[in-house]
Amino acid sequence: MCLGVPGQILDVDDSPLRMGRVAFGSAIKEVSLACVPEAGPGAWVVVHAGLALDELDEAEAQAMIQSLAELDADGEGA
Amino acid sequence: MRFVDEFRDGMAARSLAGAIRRTVTRPWALMEVCGGQTHAIVRFGLDELLPPEISLIHGPGCPVCVTPVALIDQALAIAARPGVIFCSFGDMLRVPGSAEDLLSVKSRGADVRVVYSPLDALALARQRPDREVVFFAVGFETTAPANALAVAQAEREGLRNFSILVSHVRVPPALEAILASPRRRVDAFLAAGHVCAVMGTQEYLPLAAKHHVPIVVTGFEPLDLLQGILMAVRQLEEGRAEVENQYARLVKAGGNRPAQALITRVFQVEDRDWRGIGAIPSSGFGLREAYAGFDAGRRFGVREIGGRESPDCQSGLVLQGLLKPRECPAFGTTCTPDQPLGATMVSSEGACAAYYRYRRFEPAEAP
Amino acid sequence: MSADPLTLACPRPLRHGTVQMAHGGGGRLMKDLIEGLFLPALGADPANQHDSAVIEAGGARLAFTTDGFVVHPRVFPGGDLGELAVYGTVNDLAMAGAAPLALSTAFILEEGLPFEELAALVASMKSAADRCGVRLVTGDTKVVDRGKADGVFITTAGIGLVPAGVEIHPRRVRPGDAVIVSGDLGRHGIAVMSVREGLAFESPVISDCGPVHHLAAALLDAGLDIHCLRDPTRGGLASVLNEIATAAGVAIEAEEAAVPVDEAVAAACEILGLDPLYVACEGRLVAFLPEVQAERALAVLRAIPEGAGAARIGRVTKGPAGRVTLRTPLGTSRLLDLLSGEQLPRIC
Repeated sequence: MCLGVPGQILDVDDSPLRMGRVAFGSAIKEVSLACVPEAGPGAWVVVHAGLALDELDEAEAQAMIQSLAELDADGEGA
Repeated sequence: MRFVDEFRDGMAARSLAGAIRRTVTRPWALMEVCGGQTHAIVRFGLDELLPPEISLIHGPGCPVCVTPVALIDQALAIAARPGVIFCSFGDMLRVPGSAEDLLSVKSRGADVRVVYSPLDALALARQRPDREVVFFAVGFETTAPANALAVAQAEREGLRNFSILVSHVRVPPALEAILASPRRRVDAFLAAGHVCAVMGTQEYLPLAAKHHVPIVVTGFEPLDLLQGILMAVRQLEEGRAEVENQYARLVKAGGNRPAQALITRVFQVEDRDWRGIGAIPSSGFGLREAYAGFDAGRRFGVREIGGRESPDCQSGLVLQGLLKPRECPAFGTTCTPDQPLGATMVSSEGACAAYYRYRRFEPAEAP
Repeated sequence: MSADPLTLACPRPLRHGTVQMAHGGGGRLMKDLIEGLFLPALGADPANQHDSAVIEAGGARLAFTTDGFVVHPRVFPGGDLGELAVYGTVNDLAMAGAAPLALSTAFILEEGLPFEELAALVASMKSAADRCGVRLVTGDTKVVDRGKADGVFITTAGIGLVPAGVEIHPRRVRPGDAVIVSGDLGRHGIAVMSVREGLAFESPVISDCGPVHHLAAALLDAGLDIHCLRDPTRGGLASVLNEIATAAGVAIEAEEAAVPVDEAVAAACEILGLDPLYVACEGRLVAFLPEVQAERALAVLRAIPEGAGAARIGRVTKGPAGRVTLRTPLGTSRLLDLLSGEQLPRIC
């Protein structure tokens, strides 16, 4: 279930479906941004079956990567 | 790709695996709920990184696995109607009903098409007013908002030639059913990150408390899964049973409100059958009465079609981790990936299909 | 060799009453159809399967092959059905080490096909043939009722000369061989999918559709002991490795991080839920040759523009016959299996 892929919003129209182009690397797909009403161009979202599920939180992503680095520092490694 | 590559880093994966090894003191069985998570575990070989104490049970979180035979048969009946364009995610095309699958119906002339989104099916309905366009709306809570959006938009546009065949399931009642089983094997859950992105994490709190089971909302990249496992193992070793959120970069406690509003507007909670498991109360979504006009089951009068599961298939037990595939008499004899009897052989990540692949290269053993 | 009880019945019973799309998908069902119906019915030797047959005639060794082309849409980023019909057959000849001599072509046309489109496809065939230095010398035309064909189907056959001393065949693959690809993978499949109704997306990916016979010739001219060549079309690299491992009775270990996949192909695969290792190429080759010659082979390929992205991706080992394993970037390994049919986009 539930393949969700992170992409960056390029543009959004003002139709009821709030369709917008989202870049997944260099592949671009038109999806609905109806469930992320605050998200505009530049925002990162996770898309599933043609609908953005929510915005990605860059600070949380950084915090996770950081926590892994600390894990390595206090462990003896693999 | 950003938000992808950094979560596939090999060094970090090995240090997470090291931390898991240092934490674990006894055997634990963890169920990853979502088929997408199982896919990542297989694709990245993550189970090889885990200590022998940890066993992963592949959960029922995949529409390929849990859509009941009756609904597949209903889909086949609709697809075979003249004038129908039947749209589906690629996942469902090879899933067998009682006798055959969508690809077989297509081979006899049915117009069956793979789409990426229910909105693509909606667009097709707009372009082809002369045809009935039906979308096979399968999925969990993650897919429900997209399907609800397509129906709401069809209503707004007054599109009368669009309908959906609904097979929507909800995760929490399924977890409740697994936990309530007297033969329960699961010690902790990695909950499905994208389901929780939509629904939030609140509905898992009573489950964790009632059954004293750790539930870690987990993402889909290798580092997500390994970190989710580490968090679950820490809880188990410390005797805690909490709902934790590993996938905080996407999942908020309250979930996505507009997505929930869409679901509530179009769908209502209903009892559902799960393939291989059976009926689970309140475990699905059906269209609300106000949207009954978009119900393909009604429109085509197929709701009475009830398919039967193969009596030889024991995928329900396999799904719950209660039976190993090779212990099933049908395994590898009447049930193979090219001619599957049940869900766990259909999906390429299904436990039976995975066992089947590997078995080819094991030394021949006495039957 | 371990015996799989399911393959002991020979010919293997066909499991469907009618032909399914998966029977043409390059996976297990296609193998079943060929080995369960065609080969026994035609009295052909299953051990001889390769991209071209080699026939001795009048002291010469002729490679002979045929291929039907049905791509949809007929024009896709980077190519069209016409050039595909030429390169596909030229490449199959090249996989036997043959220099292409001449091609035949047969057209099945659906009534109502615009002449303009047909003329464009035929012009593409001509320029593709010129590029390969091969002539289209004979042909056939049939027209069928509207609705009985998808616009136009093109079948080509080709003959080529296999140089003396060259023997390229799966049975020559042995433990210790290196596995080399001539460039990045999956472009053709993704380019076609990007313009397919219901899945369409914007992508810079253009098909790799093109000839590889000059790459094969360069490897042979360099005096390398090429054991086998195969072009990874339907079913992609993963299917080629499975076919060769089974035919040669060897195991193959591939290194995922070494497999060249363009960023844009990888991105498209992420959104559609596809594995690039199963996505088709139409202008690549996979070569098997002794490990000690691998570096020289790479240098030869990289000196040619179409081989600039050549990479060594794995090796042949003694393991169980037919087993293909992939070492992931995380250092783990997984089994790379033959799919049942064509890979479908998924949400799960």
